[in-house]
Amino acid sequence: MAEAAESPGDPGTATPRPLMRDLKAVGKKFMHVLYPRKSNTLLRDWDLWGPLILCVTLALMLQRGSVDSEKDGGPQFAEVFVIVWFGAVTITLNSKLLGGNISFFQSLCVLGYCILPLTVAMLVCRLVLLAEPGPINFMVRLFVVIVMFAWSIVASTAFLADSQPPNRKALAVYPVFLFYFVISWMILTFTPQ
Amino acid sequence: MAAVDDLQFEEFGDTATSLAANPDATTISIEDPGETPEHQPGPPGGSGREEDDELLGNDDSDKTELLAGQKKSSPFWTFEYYQTFFDVDTYQVFDRIKGSLLPIPGKNFVRLYIRSNPDLYGPFWICATLVFAIAISGNLSNFLIHLGRKTYHYVPEFRKVSIAATIIYAYAWLVPLALWGFLVWRNSKVMNIVSYSFLEIVCVYGYSLFIYIPTAILWIIPQKVVRWILVMIALGISGSVLAMTFWPAVREDNRRIALATIVTIVLLHMLLSVGCLAYFFDAPEMDHLPTSTAAPNQTAAAAKSS
Repeated sequence: MAEAAESPGDPGTATPRPLMRDLKAVGKKFMHVLYPRKSNTLLRDWDLWGPLILCVTLALMLQRGSVDSEKDGGPQFAEVFVIVWFGAVTITLNSKLLGGNISFFQSLCVLGYCILPLTVAMLVCRLVLLAEPGPINFMVRLFVVIVMFAWSIVASTAFLADSQPPNRKALAVYPVFLFYFVISWMILTFTPQ
Repeated sequence: MAAVDDLQFEEFGDTATSLAANPDATTISIEDPGETPEHQPGPPGGSGREEDDELLGNDDSDKTELLAGQKKSSPFWTFEYYQTFFDVDTYQVFDRIKGSLLPIPGKNFVRLYIRSNPDLYGPFWICATLVFAIAISGNLSNFLIHLGRKTYHYVPEFRKVSIAATIIYAYAWLVPLALWGFLVWRNSKVMNIVSYSFLEIVCVYGYSLFIYIPTAILWIIPQKVVRWILVMIALGISGSVLAMTFWPAVREDNRRIALATIVTIVLLHMLLSVGCLAYFFDAPEMDHLPTSTAAPNQTAAAAKSS
């Protein structure tokens, strides 16, 4: 993570943490996810702020209302949170066990940032759901989710695939596919109360 | 210097690394399934097959101990120890999946495909895929069955994912544990030629569950007959893989105990699939009912889904 710039020799007056610098770094990584090129920025300067923001946003939008009388509704805030982080940790462990040479937090960073397209899909779906329900409504949402799902997969494999031994690439990429598929399913089946 | 660099950058796959690490080890590739036909002199029959199995068992067990001693040398608290359970390539995983889908009589899944290199990648991710396949297909199937009913409000039923995960992972770990304990106990009474390690049993069970992934997806079709035909087909394929794997391990035992073991294995497998079908997939009701008789059905459906 970025270090706070404390001015040495001034014990009483610590300069405030450079928030703008952190935000700029996060924004730059968002751009890298939206336009995936083979660059090392995501891997080199990893941070977990972006994934945290994205995960919280997604979980807030996906949770069912608090006055919920249905016994089997959509996921709660904590459930989405747990799925995203537990899923990311499992995929990272899997890729490391298969012999990949990516570090633990780098992998978490990449997987977290690549949720950005799906978060955008969630926003779009929420807007589309304000219109009247029907098959066209569903088709639009389905199309948006599929496109964003493909975008997430392409973005994350662009960053992750190189770190795997060549004869195990498919084994390391499949769990990523499953992870984003499950999140896409949760977004697609979201119904407002 | 240049020679070392050449050695480092040339990749020949597993044989190169194992040759470099263990120059004294036998280099007969035990991962090549093409090797087995050379050991079996012809179509297996009667006592000839038993001898071949014995030969195969002894041969493999010798190599197993040799390689096991050289492979799993890291202590269990290091990361490298667990990496040995993920020492598979893509083509190996595909081969094992193919082997679980096409059970050939006389060919043992463990001897043919696992060959003392059990992996945890297959069982873990097949179970994970199966959990989500069952939950998503069940949800989709219920949605399609109740489509058009005015009183039906779609819910994603997210709770069912955790229930499915508990059931499937418990089955994939506890049943092999029980079976392994049972086989070890029988092994102490009756000297069996073929014995499996715990991880090999977990591996067989994990890969045998693969057939249920397309089955679960096809269970979306809301026809009772189709669903039961699928259950039978899937049970036939995976049950025969399990039966053919474990029959050599209990063959020397008391006839009735051997049969009872195989029957229990297949029965538990059937219980899993029928239970998942019953719990996650609502029974398809008859459609095309006239609206006058649809009213009591709607209330029944509403009562059932609430």
